[in-house]
Amino acid sequence: MKVVLDHLTKRFPSRDKNGSDVIAVNDFDFEIPDGKLIGLLGPSGCGKSTTLNLICGLEAPSDGKIWFGEDDVTNLPPEHRGVGMVFQNYALYPHLTVRKNIMFPLQNLKGADKLSKEEMEARVMKAAKLVQIDKLLDRKPSEMSGGQQQRVAIARALVKTPRVLLLDEPLSNLDARLRLQTREEISRIQKETGVTTIFVTHDQEEAMSISDMIVVMKDGILQQIGKPQDVYDDPANLFVAKFLGTPPINVFEGFVENGWVMIGDEKILEVGEVEDKPVWVGIRPEGFVLDENGPLTCELERVEVMGRDTSVVARHEKLAGETIRAIIPAENKVDTSKNTVNFRVKSFKVHLFDRESEERIYFGDK
Amino acid sequence: MKNNNLKGWLYLLPAILFLGIFMVYPLIDVVVYSFEEGYNFASQTYRGVGGYNFSYVLHDPFFLQAVKNTFILVIITVPLSTGIALLISLALSSIKPLKELFQTVFFLPYVTNTLAVGLVFMVLFKKTAYSDGMINLLIQAFGGSSVDFIDGPYWAKMLVTCLYTIWVVMPFKILILTSALASVNQQYYNAAKVDGTSKFRIFTRITLPMISPMIFYLIITGFIGAFKAYSDEVALFGTNLNAAGMNTIVGYVYDMLYGDSGGYPSYASAAALILFAIVLTITVINLMIRGKSNAA
Repeated sequence: MKVVLDHLTKRFPSRDKNGSDVIAVNDFDFEIPDGKLIGLLGPSGCGKSTTLNLICGLEAPSDGKIWFGEDDVTNLPPEHRGVGMVFQNYALYPHLTVRKNIMFPLQNLKGADKLSKEEMEARVMKAAKLVQIDKLLDRKPSEMSGGQQQRVAIARALVKTPRVLLLDEPLSNLDARLRLQTREEISRIQKETGVTTIFVTHDQEEAMSISDMIVVMKDGILQQIGKPQDVYDDPANLFVAKFLGTPPINVFEGFVENGWVMIGDEKILEVGEVEDKPVWVGIRPEGFVLDENGPLTCELERVEVMGRDTSVVARHEKLAGETIRAIIPAENKVDTSKNTVNFRVKSFKVHLFDRESEERIYFGDK
Repeated sequence: MKNNNLKGWLYLLPAILFLGIFMVYPLIDVVVYSFEEGYNFASQTYRGVGGYNFSYVLHDPFFLQAVKNTFILVIITVPLSTGIALLISLALSSIKPLKELFQTVFFLPYVTNTLAVGLVFMVLFKKTAYSDGMINLLIQAFGGSSVDFIDGPYWAKMLVTCLYTIWVVMPFKILILTSALASVNQQYYNAAKVDGTSKFRIFTRITLPMISPMIFYLIITGFIGAFKAYSDEVALFGTNLNAAGMNTIVGYVYDMLYGDSGGYPSYASAAALILFAIVLTITVINLMIRGKSNAA
């Protein structure tokens, strides 16, 4: 089921009487294709959970419409939308066993949809098998680990075969190792069921690793939407560039002069037809190449060996931050006897942004 | 190590002294009194040791009347007050405007003196030479004949007592239940809503189990509190409760100690121990039911 957000806006009235409304979601207009795994990504307070609640039906939009396929669901209550939701703290009923938790949505069905006891049992078993908790059905949620509770929550959301599955920060309550495992699990479950899945996260790595598409948001405004790699390679603005990627992109204060990108008085990269003006120069950590004659001279701080590659930490007076972090292949040795290190840059790893609007102005050749 | 032990006991000393003098000693004393037959308060002498005091109390018609009154009071007021408090708390937690005002209004009886409340009930229910009382005026307005609630038939007096007790114990229950309802995580309700759960089912399957520890707490303390009823009856019917036929077990104990027929600490102790046995039994039954419903 594809999900279409049609100029969707959500305003919350201000807390104090004279303040203006808080716009949590500002004119969202995009389509989520059928059967894909979509990550809503942004820093906390950007409106991603509100967006999820709007799709779910727990919140009513101030403006705009929501379509599930050909159905306008804007004014439908959650139970008639056919959505399954996994809450951030799972919201498993603590007094019910796993089996009863998963069965709960089925027992709500009325009229023609009403299921017999055997059908319910079968559906519960199927959902439990899908998330691999079929051996734990008689436990209480408090007797399970966070990862297992998460699976129960997913099973409960899937048991009534929803048209859209929604997950609110599904991995935030898990430790690092479980997080890796569970995100693969979510990806697997999504592929097996083929249900259109939308999940919310503030962790860019999480979103990039499993999503078919990511939606980057900030302050209620859609920044960019696309495949993870495309968004990473072609960020629409400085915010997106900074938000995606670990280690983060290195941003320098620079300017364009006579078709060259300058950082201080160092000519970094020829860009041709770009208007002369001050810019932010963003260089991905992997965009640096060790070169004794390279144009970018940095003050060497330290070298961190990671095995597969080496992380060079350096300083530069024009850097808009503390330190530069450059990732270079491990076979390239850095001369640590010197105080400085020189780089040249890969043109497609360099992004230029307008100093004022912070919009992308130069699209490097690939 | 030994030194530490000594220090520990030293720290405990104030509490031990206090509890020992004001709780443990009187408790033991009550048990001792209850088995001393023919105890004379003035000469501090007694005839012998045995179960006569219990037998006397259990055959005393005033005591049996007090037990009957107390049980009726308990059986009617505990479930009713808890149920009504739950309904009011649910209503309170589902409204937004004027919530604080209503909470304050419902809490007022808690901070009001029992005797002052008794006075108000007198105005409402008492029939005097000058006025029939508010309630009787209402009954007459609807075509009924007036009833003397304070000095009249037994059922009328019991009705007023029950109303009074419910009204007095409700604020505390409402306070506990509204905070219990507020502490149920909103996510459970959201989850239930997404799954299309009906309001009734949300209440019986989610809200009730989540606040059940508090409800059980209120029922147990409610039983204990209702069994200890006394001051409310005095506020309504005056100190001569036996004459009014509205005495309670605690009232009987008090009368045996200090009332017109006072000076019988042995009978009072025996009655107090019987009350203790009743309360203990009821509480144990409550806890057993609670344990069973937890296991289910």
